[in-house]
Amino acid sequence: MANADKPNSYTAGPDEDGHFGIFGGRYVAETLMPLVLEVEEAYNAARRDPAFIAEFDDLMKNYVGRPSPLYFAERLTKHLGGAKIYFKRDELNHTGAHKINHAIGQILLALRMGRTRIIAETGAGQHGVATATVAARFGLPCTVFMGERDMKRQAPNVFRMKLLGAEVRPVSSGSKTLKDAMNAALRDWVSNVEDTFYIIGTVAGPHPYPAMVRDFQSVIGREAKEQIMEAEGRLPDHLVACIGGGSNAIGLFGPFLDDESVAMTAVEAAGKGLDSGAHAASIAGGRPGVLHGNRTFLLQNDDGQIQEAHSISAGLDYPGIGPEHAWLNSVGRVKYVSATDEEALAAFSLLSRIEGIIPALEPAHALAEVMRAAPRLDSGKIMIMNLCGRGDKDIFTVAEALGVEL
Amino acid sequence: MSGSGKGRIEARFAALAAEGRGGLVTFITAGDPDHQTCAAILAGLAGAGADIIELGMPFSDPMADGPAIEAASVRALAAGASMKRTLDLVSEFRKSDDATPIVLMGYFNPVYAYGIESFLDDAARAGVDGLIIVDLPPEEDAELSGPAAKRDIHFIRLVAPTSGAARLKLLFKDCGGFVYYIAIAGITGASGAAITDTDDAVARLRAETKLPIAVGFGIKTPGDAAAVVRSADAAVVGSAIVQRIAENLDDAGRPRPGLVDKVLDFVGQLAESVRNARG
Repeated sequence: MANADKPNSYTAGPDEDGHFGIFGGRYVAETLMPLVLEVEEAYNAARRDPAFIAEFDDLMKNYVGRPSPLYFAERLTKHLGGAKIYFKRDELNHTGAHKINHAIGQILLALRMGRTRIIAETGAGQHGVATATVAARFGLPCTVFMGERDMKRQAPNVFRMKLLGAEVRPVSSGSKTLKDAMNAALRDWVSNVEDTFYIIGTVAGPHPYPAMVRDFQSVIGREAKEQIMEAEGRLPDHLVACIGGGSNAIGLFGPFLDDESVAMTAVEAAGKGLDSGAHAASIAGGRPGVLHGNRTFLLQNDDGQIQEAHSISAGLDYPGIGPEHAWLNSVGRVKYVSATDEEALAAFSLLSRIEGIIPALEPAHALAEVMRAAPRLDSGKIMIMNLCGRGDKDIFTVAEALGVEL
Repeated sequence: MSGSGKGRIEARFAALAAEGRGGLVTFITAGDPDHQTCAAILAGLAGAGADIIELGMPFSDPMADGPAIEAASVRALAAGASMKRTLDLVSEFRKSDDATPIVLMGYFNPVYAYGIESFLDDAARAGVDGLIIVDLPPEEDAELSGPAAKRDIHFIRLVAPTSGAARLKLLFKDCGGFVYYIAIAGITGASGAAITDTDDAVARLRAETKLPIAVGFGIKTPGDAAAVVRSADAAVVGSAIVQRIAENLDDAGRPRPGLVDKVLDFVGQLAESVRNARG
């Protein structure tokens, strides 16, 4: 056998205890265990219920605005002079990013479970906005935990959440960013087990969250597959997505994982550089550990203390990665690379000027990889990049980085 | 009797039963506020009336802990705490006390990073009697609980108000030392538990296990501790003790003179109240 580790399918996971290989699982306090099991049971029933699926599909179409277009970026393709580049335009979704997909799925589950209060953590604020949006849409009170530092650099999103009626609770512990917001949300959940549903913002956390969020996000990949077949009559050669926790990447990749001809690259945030110590690249610069309910690659010191992540993009600024990604890396199905703050900024500027699309800083990292990879491929090749968020929220950060005073 | 931890926890609960009183379990975080001060507190705890010592393994992301114990972790890590230094504290303590059980409590990642086998070898050598790993539910703890049992280190499980009847059987399987009942669905140091609830809960657990039952989370005052041990075998006090450490630091975070005595005085009050609770 050439490769004993190669699984028959890349889409069979997780196992019934929520493990992808050695990754994933349910590493939570006993107080939360019964809740986590209850969410799993409810989700298993919901995903087989045609009425649940129909309601999700209806909201995707009429509230979110799906399907999002698959757009051929003609000028960028010409500029880079290589593979044909398509964007999956999830930045055109209601609320401006892909996060709304899993927020809708999770709040429908919360309602089905009879929960009356919603909590969420947020980094860039995109998941917080998405959660506040669906909480408003369904009339549930919502508390969003957000690191104080993130609140400063993402002030417009803080205001958006408040407009939507959510309470934004500042988190001042630890690094005051996404991981600390997640600690605070878990603490709140433990303390309000009776009525509260925790809407997690990425493919991380205890099982069933990584699988559940992936399933809701896989609408991206299913649409992209149909759309590329229509546009080109064949599968793409290459998929590219940015990765913090990894929800947009798994959403695009998932439906293609068993299509062997499709190569996939996920782009971590290298911050000021992988050697600088100031980055958010868990696979490139971390090792396996346990945090926030799952075993995965984490940025940590020799003593197992979690380290602060750094990225110009608040949405990638997390010291871990979803467990399914950790597994896809270990079996070699997806290639994990990184892009620095500087490369992301260059990509951000290029796309704004050449295609008239201001991307969020998160997918600007994916674009940085497209800019490296596309010119090396011949013009017959097809690439799809997940343009998972728009850049309106980032203009202040970018202005500051470019030394522009607004 | 030295070296192996076998039997210290059993011996202590047997002695408590013989005396007809409940026990006091005290929690402090290893290395809080610094190594020397922590060693001094540790050395005084048993004399002040602690029957069992829980020593927190500092972690950067203590998700099940409230502000008091999180702050203790932050202080300890800032002062240079590490897993090796935590085990050093236990070894130092064992030089003068071979009877008081020590239970290490914390989160899995620092243990995993140290290496499970080396951690257990070094913990056994240092004189650790038990482990409480907050984020390892029975579904995930096999890789640690089995190897721990081989070294006579008890794997102590947490039971929550939310743990239903079916989970109790799972929780009590291969559980050792004692059962740690979480008095409230919440984080450490949260507002006070309703004591009648813990009486009912303790009765519910007694029907399923012969192990001694300690009750913690939200036990803040000598009165709370006394109320708990009327039905439970021991009361666990953590945040309220750690808070005494925090209150006796100067603006730069250095211990003020008298910190150790103040902490031990409070432990003494807790112990006295626990000793008289059933009297």
